[in-house]
Amino acid sequence: MQSQHTISVLVDNKPGVLARVAGLFSRRGYNIESLAVSITDNPLVSRMTLVVNGDEATVEQITKQLHKLIDVSKVQDYLGVPIVARELALIKVNAEVKDRTALMQLVEVFRGRIIDMSEKTFVIELTGGGEKIDAFEQLLGVYGVRELVRTGRIAMARGTRGI
Amino acid sequence: MKMVGSRALLECLQREGVDTIFGYPGGAVIPIYDMIYQFPAIRHILVRHEQGAGHMAEGYALATGKVGVCLATSGPGATNLVTPIADAMMDSVPIVAITGQVKTASIGTDAFQEADITGITMPITKHNWLVKDVNKLPEIIAEAFHIARSGRPGPVLVDVPVDVCRAEIDFEPIDAVEIPSYRPTYEGHKRQIKKAANLIAAAKRPLLYVGGGAIHSHAENEVLDLAVKANVPVTTTLKGLGAFPETHPLALGMLGMHGTAYANYAVHECDLLIAVGARFDDRVTGKADEWVPRAKIIHIDIDPAEIGKVLQPDVPIVGDVRNVLIELLKMVEPRPAKQWVARIQELKRQYPLFYAPDGALHGQQVIQEIGKATNHRAVIVTDVGQHQMWAAQFYGFERSHQMITSGGLGTMGFGLPASIGAQFGRPNEQVFCITGDGSIQMCIQELMVASIYKLPIKICILNNQYLGMVRQWQELFWESRYSSVNLESSPDFLKLADAYGAHGIRVTRPEDIRAALDESIAVTDRPTVIDFRIAKEENVFPMIPAGGTVSQMVVKRPAHFGPLDPYISGEHIADDCDEDDDVEIMPAQPPLPVTVN
Repeated sequence: MQSQHTISVLVDNKPGVLARVAGLFSRRGYNIESLAVSITDNPLVSRMTLVVNGDEATVEQITKQLHKLIDVSKVQDYLGVPIVARELALIKVNAEVKDRTALMQLVEVFRGRIIDMSEKTFVIELTGGGEKIDAFEQLLGVYGVRELVRTGRIAMARGTRGI
Repeated sequence: MKMVGSRALLECLQREGVDTIFGYPGGAVIPIYDMIYQFPAIRHILVRHEQGAGHMAEGYALATGKVGVCLATSGPGATNLVTPIADAMMDSVPIVAITGQVKTASIGTDAFQEADITGITMPITKHNWLVKDVNKLPEIIAEAFHIARSGRPGPVLVDVPVDVCRAEIDFEPIDAVEIPSYRPTYEGHKRQIKKAANLIAAAKRPLLYVGGGAIHSHAENEVLDLAVKANVPVTTTLKGLGAFPETHPLALGMLGMHGTAYANYAVHECDLLIAVGARFDDRVTGKADEWVPRAKIIHIDIDPAEIGKVLQPDVPIVGDVRNVLIELLKMVEPRPAKQWVARIQELKRQYPLFYAPDGALHGQQVIQEIGKATNHRAVIVTDVGQHQMWAAQFYGFERSHQMITSGGLGTMGFGLPASIGAQFGRPNEQVFCITGDGSIQMCIQELMVASIYKLPIKICILNNQYLGMVRQWQELFWESRYSSVNLESSPDFLKLADAYGAHGIRVTRPEDIRAALDESIAVTDRPTVIDFRIAKEENVFPMIPAGGTVSQMVVKRPAHFGPLDPYISGEHIADDCDEDDDVEIMPAQPPLPVTVN
């Protein structure tokens, strides 16, 4: 059965680690839906959050192969684990004077922020789950989205549970 | 102690116990080659092509169980190592490849002889490093050897820019390697081992399926002990040959696509499969979900990613197979299993390995004669193709580290350089290179190395003037359209032997095989090339087509055996068992062998 897995990976903060992880996915024919990488509270360790679709056996094989990479210290598949997950989007949308009030209301409803304004455009910052951002993007469609960038999902377990 | 990077590199290699390096110089590694002069304990073997250096390192590692080392320059030198590195990855061979790199400041500028070899080899190494800081060099070399030889062994690559070799370092040796994110599991889980022991106790028809992992972990004695104690017949993979003596009554030889018919029937009939350091390769299983249809599976492997990759085991045990078998042996009770062992013996009688005794020169017979002439004690190194399968089927391996072959990657050209590496590693043993007229021409240049070092390798070319295995597939599955497999236009191998300073013999009749082998064994100061002109269109049997099942197995049997022996019939077995006998009745649909005579 196919399902969406959010996988967190702790890796040594060394050159080439991203290539090793990404290469492992491509050469074994697995698709990555999204990938986010950053440093952690420990400067020697980076954390990657991967979103992949696949059946249980496939994802289990992915996580085992990830474990085999020398630079990987921890792999956690969050399927079935209560997590908080967010991504960030920046959206440049057409903002004619006549549309601005409506746009600002829309941004407020979605708890986004306008972080840049020009005579013709807004840049809106929005965080949330993927579906919320999808919905917002769709509502902005009538004004004309000029540019859109999303970070990919980051996640952690709820409560005291660690990775 | 202050020194330059190249000296530090060689100090590190010496401390790792390296006595032999196979390599080829070039601009980026001149500092290393200049320093080798000052390390008399390290012997450098100058090869003729970097691919040869890589396969020699593999042959050395597989013959000795130690880590093999090869050295090449940047760019084309490094890329020429790619095939041996990929080969070592597939067969878990511990080698350390050291490559030169353009100077640090030039990396990424398309400099002369620049190639991103760490990028290129990322998927085919266990790990690799680009050394950007000379102070990291000792740590990296120590980690490289540690990773290559520990856990599931494999190749690693260290890329050293030329300026790092010339930079100064205050050298301090590394005593212990600690990589927190790399801790292989060596001890099996006790409860899992207990479950395995229970399955063995309950099984009526258990079978050991032993792979190369048993040889890497030196578990041959434990495999033998388990087989004898619990009366479990043993089949080995191509890479597992030698892990169990083939003269033993419980030995079934190799299984799989070109395995023995009786091994494949035993797999089909067993009710418990004990996989030991084996990875359920497609050349073993064919159609995996119809393989071992009646059996529970115990899978012992040091690599957790192999567990469940192909088939889901009932009892997975992650650990060093030798450690696990030692624990398992404590819990396994002796059991007779007379019926099952008798069944195995009957299968062996009914479906022996066979080739037509028609007076032609057969590759199979050449291999058998080599077995006799060497009393099954020689180190056998093969190339890839029909000759490789005949060597696996007909030699009769008795001990581990005796069969050196390219299994996973199937690299033609492996044989000659690997046999040179093996002979360097085991100077006092007879080394035979079994090869074909196609394979030998892929790395023939290394014959010079064998001659220079007076290596008495016996290079047996099973010459059928075809790329025989491809021709066999074309004959059987492509309506005999022999596209691009004709090798009739080949060099005269005797003249070639002469040109390289090797002894040459040609054999065209079966009655001359033994004399030629004896003659080659008497030549101890140079290699011998024997050009065996074997039957041109011989096929390797038994054969299960790729992705097929045991019911599609093509078996060749002696004519007087008749087309189908009744013993294979399931009903017959049922009749043969007494009511109160504890042997389960065999299913009504037995494997149906196709007879080709």
